[in-house]
Amino acid sequence: MTARRLPLRFVAFGYLAIILAGPLAVMFWRTFEHGVGPAWDAITAPDTIHAFKLTAIITAIAVPVNTVFGVVVALAIVRKKFPGKALLNALIDLPLALSPVVVGLALFLLYGREGWLGPWLDRHGIQVLFALPSMVIATIFVSLPFVAREVVPTLREVGDEQEQAARTLGAGGWQTFWRITLPSIRWAVIYGVVLTTARCLGEYGAVAVVSGRLQGQTETATLRVQERYESFDLAGAYAVSIVLALMAILVLVAMTLFRPKEAAH
Amino acid sequence: MAATTATAAAERRTRRSSDRAGTALSLGFVTAFLTVIVLLPIAALAWKSASKGGASFWDAITSPQGIAALKLTLVTSILVSVLNAVLGTVTAWVLVRDRFRGKALVNALIDLPFALPTIVAGLTLLALYGNKSPIGINVTFTRTAIVLALMFVTLPFVVRTVQPLLQELDPEVEQAARSLGASEFTVFRRIVFPAILPGILSGVALAFAKAIGEFGSLVIITGNTPYKTEVMSVYIFGRIESGDSVSAAAVAVLLLAISFVALLLIGAVREFSTRHDRA
Repeated sequence: MTARRLPLRFVAFGYLAIILAGPLAVMFWRTFEHGVGPAWDAITAPDTIHAFKLTAIITAIAVPVNTVFGVVVALAIVRKKFPGKALLNALIDLPLALSPVVVGLALFLLYGREGWLGPWLDRHGIQVLFALPSMVIATIFVSLPFVAREVVPTLREVGDEQEQAARTLGAGGWQTFWRITLPSIRWAVIYGVVLTTARCLGEYGAVAVVSGRLQGQTETATLRVQERYESFDLAGAYAVSIVLALMAILVLVAMTLFRPKEAAH
Repeated sequence: MAATTATAAAERRTRRSSDRAGTALSLGFVTAFLTVIVLLPIAALAWKSASKGGASFWDAITSPQGIAALKLTLVTSILVSVLNAVLGTVTAWVLVRDRFRGKALVNALIDLPFALPTIVAGLTLLALYGNKSPIGINVTFTRTAIVLALMFVTLPFVVRTVQPLLQELDPEVEQAARSLGASEFTVFRRIVFPAILPGILSGVALAFAKAIGEFGSLVIITGNTPYKTEVMSVYIFGRIESGDSVSAAAVAVLLLAISFVALLLIGAVREFSTRHDRA
């Protein structure tokens, strides 16, 4: 038994060490190689703080929007009958498979000066591209599927018997949703929110295209990492990365806490 | 009596019509939202790619640099998918069947590439495999760097799709086969493998779809040298930067088509495995 297990364990551990654990450990070590001081200075630089604030603002908008959308769309997919459901299902998954750069380019072409909406927005003095609105839309796009993907299987599993019972007893649509449906899917919603948050905090490609990457203005935390790297400030890039990595670890803890018992992926 | 029945019927009618109104409202919201966020931008992208005619579209996707990027993207994504199929399955097996200390920690660590921003993933690999590598391995600006970065970002997929299937599999069936004289290889081929195959396939499809479009983790570590380390997403980004949005859009449409095929494959696998579940 053990003789059979050991080589496989060796392969799995080696794989995780080479790809994941090794690089992470070295990055932590590199960041604090010269003490906490330089890392702290890099993190508290005004442009870095601005970048983290911007990331927080974008996340604070995108997550609630996608949560509402995810729940509504999941309810529609599971509980309603309508033509084109398969198409809707495929559309929801699309952002998972699409390259972030393609997403960014699509928005760039829609809101750009030669795009369909660009000239109209320009005339009305509304700045979308190279400003917060396009960055928010890009982030909403890439993190769109997560809540819906978590809620759909849970809704299927709980069935609609309780909802029907509530309706028979005279509850209205809203009442049934708040008192019956939402409590039964709340863990799936929370798990979906955690995944969405992670995706929003880490978005890079789409935002890199639409933001224009103006330092101290449209630079998010992930863009800041690259800016530091390109300015040959490797220590600064590592320091900002460490903060993002710590956020990722927080997300990971939340994921472990809220993971649906029956992984329905 | 008749009056109450009539009221009840009327009530049911209003409820049904309010249900219908609710359906219309939620579908209207969903459609509007998806149109603004997803469909309109993609339509603009397709429009732009075709704006200079079919010949210019074809020229853009058959330019030598574009073809090189396409080939590199496909080869590295397929290689990474295969590596994931093998190593992901082994890792899932070890996490389910093996016993060792700190298993919960290792299990949680698997999800880290999901949670970690891709640009940080690239920088993380640079720390160990960059030009200041403490172990003297420098892969920056090589194709090995692409494979490493793609392996990092796709690590969770196969592990997470195979793991639940292995958990459901009863070890007693394998023991019975063994006691009847089946070799380890036969047990794996006839019992374990068929049970976890849907998981491997859907994990591989997800990993492939992710690898095809990956960008963030490649920017720093691969150096983006045309013909050598430039994958499709990086090539598109380069086209945008140099103001050539028509060919950027053309290549993006091609990449979108490949992603869409990958997505259909995922759907087909999911369909296949749920049908087998019920059977």
